[in-house]
Amino acid sequence: MSTYQPPATRILPEITFETKAFWSGGENGRLLIYRCDDCKGWVHPPAPGCYHCQSTNVSPQPVSGRATVVARTVNAHTFNPAMPAPFSIAVVELEEDPGTRLTTNIVGIDPYEVEIGMNVQVEFEHYEDVWVPVFRPVTK
Amino acid sequence: MSADMNSRAVITGIGQSQTGRRLGRSGYEITVEACKRAIADAGLTAADIDGVASYPGPSTGAAGMSGASTTQLHAALGIKAEWYIGASETAGQLGPLMEACMAVSLGIANHVICFRSVWESTAAGTGGFGGSFKGPYRAGGFMEWTAPFGAISAANWMAMMCDAYMHQHGLTREQLAMIALNARSNAAKNPMGVYKDPLTLDDYMNSRMISTPLCLYDCDVPVDGAVAVIVSRRDAAKGLPRTPITVEAFGTGLYERFTWDQRKDYTTMAAHDAAASMWKRTKLTPKDVDVAQLYDGFSYLTVQWIEALGFCKQGEVGKFIEGGHRIALDGDLPLNTNGGQLSAGRLHGYGFIHEACTQLWGEGGERQAKKDVKVAVAAAGGGPIAGSILLSI
Repeated sequence: MSTYQPPATRILPEITFETKAFWSGGENGRLLIYRCDDCKGWVHPPAPGCYHCQSTNVSPQPVSGRATVVARTVNAHTFNPAMPAPFSIAVVELEEDPGTRLTTNIVGIDPYEVEIGMNVQVEFEHYEDVWVPVFRPVTK
Repeated sequence: MSADMNSRAVITGIGQSQTGRRLGRSGYEITVEACKRAIADAGLTAADIDGVASYPGPSTGAAGMSGASTTQLHAALGIKAEWYIGASETAGQLGPLMEACMAVSLGIANHVICFRSVWESTAAGTGGFGGSFKGPYRAGGFMEWTAPFGAISAANWMAMMCDAYMHQHGLTREQLAMIALNARSNAAKNPMGVYKDPLTLDDYMNSRMISTPLCLYDCDVPVDGAVAVIVSRRDAAKGLPRTPITVEAFGTGLYERFTWDQRKDYTTMAAHDAAASMWKRTKLTPKDVDVAQLYDGFSYLTVQWIEALGFCKQGEVGKFIEGGHRIALDGDLPLNTNGGQLSAGRLHGYGFIHEACTQLWGEGGERQAKKDVKVAVAAAGGGPIAGSILLSI
């Protein structure tokens, strides 16, 4: 389905000091995830301390944007008229760390055809000061 | 838990307001109604109440999520409180009630009125969910990670957890349906039930999807309704009309971060932490439980609680509930005997504690479990929100 059109509007996040990198990295085509400079553990949602080792040496780092679908749903009821049903919502895990998951949309595919285990790649949709990371199926 | 016998927390009375769809009454009014009924049920007067506890306190969320705050109830009943709390950052909806147990055990209050009231049905009757998100709204807290993707309903978050569980453990929709069918069948026997028409497996399988794999009947019903419970210290309960119900233990654990999508094992929830902490605090075991009143804001949450509380092994809940016999009124573990939230309305956790007490007092009437009920468990919450209470008589 190459006809995918991003929704005209989305509910946008309340950006904080810690979450700014995540929501604006897409301006440069980069998905930025907090990582601990000491133990190298990934920290998402971003926080000023590493929950693995309690170090405060954490900073946003670019990741590949490659991920795998671990759960998916077709939202079949229109809760918000700005995003009419049906559309795909999924939880994906990042290639760099299967323990780091993002809730997202899988785009460019019939929402009923999204499968667990599917390989996907990030792309960004721009609204105001936010670049929303959504994912599109790819062949690995 | 370790408090000596005389200072143990007990439940001495319960009350429920008129409950139903679009009653057209204010949340404040039904709160007062439920609380007055609970106070009378305990054989007390408002002058005896010296503590107030409620969830979530003043509401800032969706319309109708809090019928009244702790301090509003305090004002309406002229309560002289030695202690009070209204909070949401605690062990789920039942958290403030557990706080009340600690308050009476510490001796800083004798009789605490604990309540939860919702009036979503009336408050949202003319609007709808989407109405909450108009204008310059920006999503904060955990909604920051879901709302931008159109995942604004808990149905979406739960659906994905359920999808992963089904994928990993083979739970089927036919098995999950038993939670909804059992609730409906019990609600039909409950004078306070909201949906009483028979529900068949065909009805369930053919109903419209809300968020796959969850259909309409997997989702609870917003109502107007309030429930109140009187928590007393055992030595202050002497001479009261009812046999006091002992709070054996409560589960408050949270061992991972408060998120909906980062839990190490995505097929478990904070319910597992709450349950584990509860069993650490008692000599009773899952085998001792006679009836279970387990949160069913979504049917999938009930199956999570069944596993979390150890009624079956992880991954095996599908077989446990298959056919519905084990969870029926005459089964090994009668479940959600009042109809749960799926068919008796979203009382947001407190309907379960009300029903646990009703069963322990043997007052379930037509829906009374067909066994001697000595131990009951009530649990509320989903995702990172969880709390459970073990009661005995």
